[in-house]
Amino acid sequence: MEHSTRALMTAGMAAGLTAGPAAAQGIDETINTVFANSTGWFVSLIFSNFPGTSFPWIVGWLVIAAIIFTIYFGLVQLRFFGHAIALVRGDYSDPNDAGEVSHFQALTTALSGTVGLGNIAGVAVAVGIGGPGATFWMILAGLLGMATKFTECTLGVKYRNEYADGTVSGGPMYYMTKGFAERGKPGGKILAVLFAIFCILGSFGGGNMFQSNQAHAQIINVVGDYPGWITGVVMAVIVFLVIVGGLKSIASVTEKIVPFMAALYVGTALIIIAMNYDMIGSAFGQIFAGAFTNDGVVGGAIGALIQGFRRAAFSNEAGVGSAAIAHSAVRTKEPVTEGVVSLLEPFIDTVVICTMTALVIIITGQLVTDPETGLFVMNEAGTAIRTVGDNSGVALTSAAFSSSFGWFRYILVVAVVLFAFSTMISWSYYGLKAWTFLFGEGQTKELVFKIIFCIFVIIGASAGLGPVIDFSDAAIFAMAVVNIIALYMLMPIVKAEMSRYAARLKSGDIRKYD
Amino acid sequence: MSRKLVVGFDGSDASLRALDFAITRAQAQGDSLLIAHVLEWSPYSFLTPSELEERHRRRKEELLRAETAVMRPVMKRMEDAGIPFETTMRYGHIAETLCRVAKDADGAMIFIGRMGNSGFATRIFGSVAATLAQVAPVPVVIVP
Repeated sequence: MEHSTRALMTAGMAAGLTAGPAAAQGIDETINTVFANSTGWFVSLIFSNFPGTSFPWIVGWLVIAAIIFTIYFGLVQLRFFGHAIALVRGDYSDPNDAGEVSHFQALTTALSGTVGLGNIAGVAVAVGIGGPGATFWMILAGLLGMATKFTECTLGVKYRNEYADGTVSGGPMYYMTKGFAERGKPGGKILAVLFAIFCILGSFGGGNMFQSNQAHAQIINVVGDYPGWITGVVMAVIVFLVIVGGLKSIASVTEKIVPFMAALYVGTALIIIAMNYDMIGSAFGQIFAGAFTNDGVVGGAIGALIQGFRRAAFSNEAGVGSAAIAHSAVRTKEPVTEGVVSLLEPFIDTVVICTMTALVIIITGQLVTDPETGLFVMNEAGTAIRTVGDNSGVALTSAAFSSSFGWFRYILVVAVVLFAFSTMISWSYYGLKAWTFLFGEGQTKELVFKIIFCIFVIIGASAGLGPVIDFSDAAIFAMAVVNIIALYMLMPIVKAEMSRYAARLKSGDIRKYD
Repeated sequence: MSRKLVVGFDGSDASLRALDFAITRAQAQGDSLLIAHVLEWSPYSFLTPSELEERHRRRKEELLRAETAVMRPVMKRMEDAGIPFETTMRYGHIAETLCRVAKDADGAMIFIGRMGNSGFATRIFGSVAATLAQVAPVPVVIVP
């Protein structure tokens, strides 16, 4: 996931927010000040640490939920992992349903909304600050997050709305209202409205402004500096053509290229790892040692844990509720099947792709160690491990990959821009669903949202609106606060669905089609 | 014994030729026809979130369009020919789906028209006719 601005900025990321054109500077500052003053309390509230630690409570909230779901559903991520792959392969799909949304399609669409800068930049931040040991905790958090995804996506399908014209709408808003009513619990409507508000705000920020901002930062990294509004306007026009003009071809081209880029990224990482095969053992040694012992990083093993958990939570969106919106369109008679398929998402996003990034950074020797003590050497500010060439964030990932393949930094720019674009398309949809939930459906109402969305693309690329993005990030995690409350309330329903499904699977009632 | 002849039909001139040829065979041998229209579809394609949402509706629209534009004109032709026939519309990979149709309906043969493309695209992607000739479980008649 990409709305990790705050973490990235606090880490002093090289590819930071860009300065806007001089003329807009005064306006930027005014907006910054007004926004910071009026929303600062909210940002501080969401991102505040547990007393006496540097551990943000929101990360604890997500990780504890993931642990509870993992236990409550009896290690669903292990028990159903093989079944998830069979479902995605279409082994259980009724041939008569061909032409409907398949499990594969729902999974890849949801993935294109989460795979992105979090996997490229965020991991570099985690390893740069927390050392190799952060990778261990990141993988663990990714594995636990699979249970959270399972819960929210099962509910998303179970309580979706199917309209007479054949379209479907689903997501946390619907399971909050319908699920709570079914269980006779109060407050569903209030949670749903809160969720929808946070979702709209999040779709303007982390799912939009942060994307165009970082895409621009990457482009100027390669082609040289130019005003951000140019990138902003170009991207806004393309987004406008897709979401307002219904220009499906651009979107579908992106949807085809993004998985290809992800495969290229993982493939290149695998080649680099294979080229340095003699280092693999020591890299995993560092990962395990750093997870439990002090290898010289800030905060020692606990520091590694905080960074790893934080990055995984920010990267795979488990618990945020966004995936439940994307997954709810699949054609299935059993809501559990989509939950099972969705548990692959944190696995692919965090356990596979994030780990690849981390391994490449470790194996290519970007982190500087003291030859005498074997401990990592801190940078001058003492905030992170010193790296070869003093890189951090995207630049660190780029340096690690480029040390083996010089051309990779250009590929990385294309990847970042495409990931940013596909994430924007996904979040424009999530935001729109929340918008129509609040204000009702209708062409004019939807157009209003879409135009506001496009304006935020330009703002994001052209100005360094730190507080605005901070606020939107906070809104995305506020979605998780509301969503996980609902998941706790509704998890018995998921358990009943799961048991019934497992029994039918065992009895042979649900069989593979040949 | 009356057999069932499967005809792959997409409304093109080539598929009309295949249908006409199948009709003459059926008339001569007392067979019935199963006219299959396959809409190209892959469950592994990539869709945007709004495409996911609309997919069920689009599918209904596509089937309706195929019904009126492709299948209805054939009905008329078939009734004039006076042979027993059924129709079916399926989604999927064209050659594979025709094989499945033939298998499910216990069809005796598959009739298809040849598009006659010999260009670059065909060399790369293959043609339905060539694929069917390779994989079909029953004899395939390719009508030029």
